[in-house]
Amino acid sequence: MRIVLLGPQRRPTLEAAARSLGLSGPGLAGPVATITAGWQEREPDDALLVSLLEGQAVNLALYRRWLDVQDRDPEYRAGEQRLAGMLAELQELYLLRLDYALQAVYAVQRRSAPAPASGDALSAALEAVRELDAAHLRRVNEARLEFFDRLRPHDRPVIAENRAAVSAVLADAAALVIAGGHVGVLAEVLHLFNVAAALNGAPVIAWSAGAMALTDRIVLFHDRAPQGPGHPEVYGSGLSLLRDVVLLPHARARLLLDDTPRMTVLARRFAPARCVPLEAGTRIDVPADGAWPPGIRTIEAA
Amino acid sequence: MKTLPKLAINRLRERRPLDAAAVDRFLARFSVPIVEGARCTFLYRGEADEVFLIHRIFGLPDHLPLRRLRGTDLWYAVLELPEGSRVEYQLEVAFADGRRERINDPLNPRLAHSPVGSSSVCYAHGHEIPDWTVPDPEARPGSLVDMVVPSRALRRDCPVTLYLPARFRRADPGTRYPLLIVHDGGDYLRYAAAKTVLDNLIHRLDVAELVAAFIYPGDRLTEYANSAAHARFLTAELLPRLEAELPLAGTPSGRCLMGSSFGAVASLSVAYRHPGVYGSLLLQSGSFVFTDIGHDHGGGPAFEPVVRFVNRFRAAPRRVADRMFVSCGVYEPLIVPNRSMVPVFEAAGMTVRYVEARDGHSWENWRDRLRDGLSWIFPGPQKYIYE
Repeated sequence: MRIVLLGPQRRPTLEAAARSLGLSGPGLAGPVATITAGWQEREPDDALLVSLLEGQAVNLALYRRWLDVQDRDPEYRAGEQRLAGMLAELQELYLLRLDYALQAVYAVQRRSAPAPASGDALSAALEAVRELDAAHLRRVNEARLEFFDRLRPHDRPVIAENRAAVSAVLADAAALVIAGGHVGVLAEVLHLFNVAAALNGAPVIAWSAGAMALTDRIVLFHDRAPQGPGHPEVYGSGLSLLRDVVLLPHARARLLLDDTPRMTVLARRFAPARCVPLEAGTRIDVPADGAWPPGIRTIEAA
Repeated sequence: MKTLPKLAINRLRERRPLDAAAVDRFLARFSVPIVEGARCTFLYRGEADEVFLIHRIFGLPDHLPLRRLRGTDLWYAVLELPEGSRVEYQLEVAFADGRRERINDPLNPRLAHSPVGSSSVCYAHGHEIPDWTVPDPEARPGSLVDMVVPSRALRRDCPVTLYLPARFRRADPGTRYPLLIVHDGGDYLRYAAAKTVLDNLIHRLDVAELVAAFIYPGDRLTEYANSAAHARFLTAELLPRLEAELPLAGTPSGRCLMGSSFGAVASLSVAYRHPGVYGSLLLQSGSFVFTDIGHDHGGGPAFEPVVRFVNRFRAAPRRVADRMFVSCGVYEPLIVPNRSMVPVFEAAGMTVRYVEARDGHSWENWRDRLRDGLSWIFPGPQKYIYE
């Protein structure tokens, strides 16, 4: 399936992207399905999005459906709360260890020792971080799998009913558009309503958090947080429609791009995945075979 | 060598004729104190025998004399203040008849308020009042709800003002709020704009949606100076009631004690008496006065129980919380004990974030450090949001 990744939409480029995919004018094969669950309680405030898609949008209302599930299936809700608590605990412990592991990387990086000793030490320190990232992602995914095995969402009437409704819209959709917002919420509802299985091969357009939620590894980052730079942290898996890529919306605003040593660590830490900034105006067309087009700007190790 | 531009007051000194009209024009032209780079010129106009600048900048004589500009009734003193400084001050005027008056600067409309009155404020070059400390029409306001908690421990009814964030969801089973307990709550609300700050920081996603309990002291110098009764009130009476009635996290990591000056001592003391209950402490300009040897701490009788407590803590540091945010103004005498306590806290195994500011022992200092502290203790969801 063809995937179009866009940068933040403060000045929308969605309309042009949709038009270039033939998603405008009469004779469209089906509606354009939209997901604005990342906006949470503002999910229904999608008038601008609808107008950019020339009125042919059908919002899948995944956030509302999620609340519906929580409301009507108390057992699932309780299980989900336990899972959320467990994942939060895992994340906290991971961050604690990550802090020390990355401090070691930066300390080795700062030290002026002759090569090759310094290079070997840096590689080893980075490897420890990579192993920590991989182990955390594995543990998070295992926890989710255990949860789904235990709660069996497909057997639960409320979830099944909502999944069927989502699937019915997606079956006829000419495209799927996923807006940004809260990436954790997006990943949650995309998994819960099994969106990946319901895709019909039509193009997917996504931006910011929506784009991140398509990847196999969601990395949270904010170097300019008020409490000081936080470490980029692995959060979990998205739909895994895109692999070996770390998408970084608002990179200029959120990352210390001028801090070359820090960006070097970022690039090496997630390699061979490419770290791709998604700035306003960015458009990346990933063809159906998943091959990344040449010339994409990435964050590189110095 | 680069020469500094001549100060406005020195240009005035050279003016001829230097008469009342020239001084009038001068004062109409400048806002007072006159800030020219690092140099701040303080002024007073009027007949007097002597005029002094009274401030509480640790390290400088607290009475700085102003000089009279020859042939005029204008008095001046020039003080070098590092970039970003904020200084509260008053003027002391001595008259020929022996009277001495301490007044706010009549030429400076900028005032800072506190429970003990107001004083004038000098904002040095580079100082900016954070925009999140003033009401933002875009920020949805939270609400303040007054309640009374009868306390057997303190033998009085304790008023508490609750801050509930905008869109507070009492009945949503999926929502659990962290709790911030604020000593000297009324003063934080009144003099540190705590409600505005919380509204803005939550709106900007810098700080998590939280519930704050602003508490009010009875006999402050007793209750906040390592009082077992106060610790019992917070931990055995207030906390259980709030966690029973409100959708709170109810875990150490979701509980923070906060206070400034004696309120910081109270926060530390409550956590010390109930280790493992409160995950975080936010301590501003803590009155952590101690003695390394002897008994002369210079704080007066009110500090006796504090000194005993801090000395005991320093002798056997104890891990009382997971995380501590500690801040202090470099112009207050408490900067020395606060700096000294940081390694002690760290040695006890607590994660400490320590922040200094070019400011004094004042509510605006404590207000302006709230973003650093609260966003570290209860970070908002910013890292999850990519619009």
